[in-house]
Amino acid sequence: MTTSPVRLLDNATATDPQKKTGNTGTRRRGKSLGLHILLAAVSLYFLLPMWWLIVAGTKSTQGLFAGTGGPLWFDRNFALFDNIAQLATYNNGIYLRWLGNSFLYAIAGGVGATILAVLAGYAFAKYRFRGRAVSFMILLASVMVPATALVIPTYVLFNNLGLTNTIWAVILPSLLSPFGVYLMRVYVQDAIPDELLDAARVDGSGELRTFATIALPLMRPAVVTVLLLSVVGGWNNYFLPLAMISDPTLLPVTVGLNAWQVQSNSATANSLIWNLVTSGSLISVIPLIIAFLMLQKYWQGGLSVGSLK
Amino acid sequence: MSITPQLQKPAQPPVATKRGATLERKHARIGWVFLAPFAIVFLVFLVLPLVYAFWMSLHTNTLAAGEKFAGLANYFAAFKDQRFLSGMARVGAFALVFVPLQIGLALLFALILDEVKTRLSRFSRLLIFAPYAIPGVIGALMWGFLYSPSFGPLVSFFDFLNVQAPDMLSRDSIFWSLTNIVTWQWTGYYMIIIYASLQSIDSSIYEAALIDGASKLQTALQIKVPIIASSLVLTIVFALIGTLQFFTEPQVLAPLAGNAIDAAYTPNLYAYNLAFSYQQFNYASAISFALGLMVFLASIIFLVTTRKKSGLR
Repeated sequence: MTTSPVRLLDNATATDPQKKTGNTGTRRRGKSLGLHILLAAVSLYFLLPMWWLIVAGTKSTQGLFAGTGGPLWFDRNFALFDNIAQLATYNNGIYLRWLGNSFLYAIAGGVGATILAVLAGYAFAKYRFRGRAVSFMILLASVMVPATALVIPTYVLFNNLGLTNTIWAVILPSLLSPFGVYLMRVYVQDAIPDELLDAARVDGSGELRTFATIALPLMRPAVVTVLLLSVVGGWNNYFLPLAMISDPTLLPVTVGLNAWQVQSNSATANSLIWNLVTSGSLISVIPLIIAFLMLQKYWQGGLSVGSLK
Repeated sequence: MSITPQLQKPAQPPVATKRGATLERKHARIGWVFLAPFAIVFLVFLVLPLVYAFWMSLHTNTLAAGEKFAGLANYFAAFKDQRFLSGMARVGAFALVFVPLQIGLALLFALILDEVKTRLSRFSRLLIFAPYAIPGVIGALMWGFLYSPSFGPLVSFFDFLNVQAPDMLSRDSIFWSLTNIVTWQWTGYYMIIIYASLQSIDSSIYEAALIDGASKLQTALQIKVPIIASSLVLTIVFALIGTLQFFTEPQVLAPLAGNAIDAAYTPNLYAYNLAFSYQQFNYASAISFALGLMVFLASIIFLVTTRKKSGLR
């Protein structure tokens, strides 16, 4: 395929007027009614658990088991604010620590991984250095290495260095994003012409300045996409912090909430905190949902950049 | 890479070569400067752990004898270990179900969304993709609640029908319960990748097909699908890698599902439990290294066999 990612980003945001012309006529409308019913049913399926979470987040533990509205509707006792207050204070407000840790791990790991990917992708796309072809082959192969195969040996190495149970045990391994490098390389190759960089060099601009002032601004759509993907990856990460962190105050929210689930599942009546599991889950998904809604045009086009080459 | 030296080459070879050579050498250095930070992270957090895992897998560690070289003994043990083998067979079965199901649905939805452009279809696109923004742990927790006989809507629904509700967390149904969670979580992500490449197809191709009298279905199957084959291959590889290292969902559901999910339900879960519950890091390394190697080989074999069709290199 020869389409450039730039065009792709444009296409994903604006609907192609040429395509619309084929969609008129009564026969078409009859058919698309069927497709619309199918889409509505499918949407309902994907919505159902999220709707359940919204409803469940507003219930007390009592309401979760025996709510007046059933599992898919609000209970008479609207307990969302009680839940939030309890989340903020339970166990000295550990939930807020978890949220803060998740932010730290996702942002530090995501920003770091993106910076490395931008520099490396630019190098692969625009410089013919010795060993480039081999390095890129190794990079491509490493995309196939399952992340979880690395967790156990990394844990043992970190343990020997006394780094487990520190924030570095989660942040440092998250800096690795071979797929991010791959996406950046593909994007830079098509979006930044060599002539443009040469023109800057002829004008006496140094390599670093050319990169920072000419190339980097043009790379913005890909930078946002890679950043979004790495931040999401960091926020959703489970296996790595589960293995690395045992200190409850350093857990990210994913591992913490699951610990609460395990506690409630095997607990005596007074440590049942199902209401905190559901309301805590609800609050923890809000930041990413907002990020995705705000950055729609980037992920809708950008996700496919890598599949074009 | 500058274009000038190449263009000058035929006209003034000696000058161009000299100038080209200095430029090349300078570029080589600068290229590595840009690559170095990533290369260091790559060596420390990918190459080193892999090498170390392999080294650990070749040793045993006992209280009596300490760390001792054992050759391939851990691997021989793994391939005679019923729990590891049944876990491998299980993720193999999961891959056979998950991958076609997720990619098939993703392709179907993407083709429909590419065809109908209305407010409903744009809204559906967002809704189908939304689960990707929800952490796997939270997704599994939510479905765990939905499946639960004491919380979930399933029980009231089947009560309404006057039918005994199926136990979604029993040994018999857990496979399909997990299939449902993973399909819900990932289909939208693959759909967006496929949808974006459908959007990039030049629409004049469709006009030609329309003139030739091709139906919408024919256009979809015979024109659109072959053009986007490379994105399909990419999504299949991602789905395959994800499935073979299946971990989060069974780990989260295990306490809820009683005896339906054991400590060796998937090889990854087995390796985790060996390492962190039983401190058998050497054997766990052998398991995860063997698993990693199989994931790697499965992806490479798939990529090579589809290379001609997909044009992916």
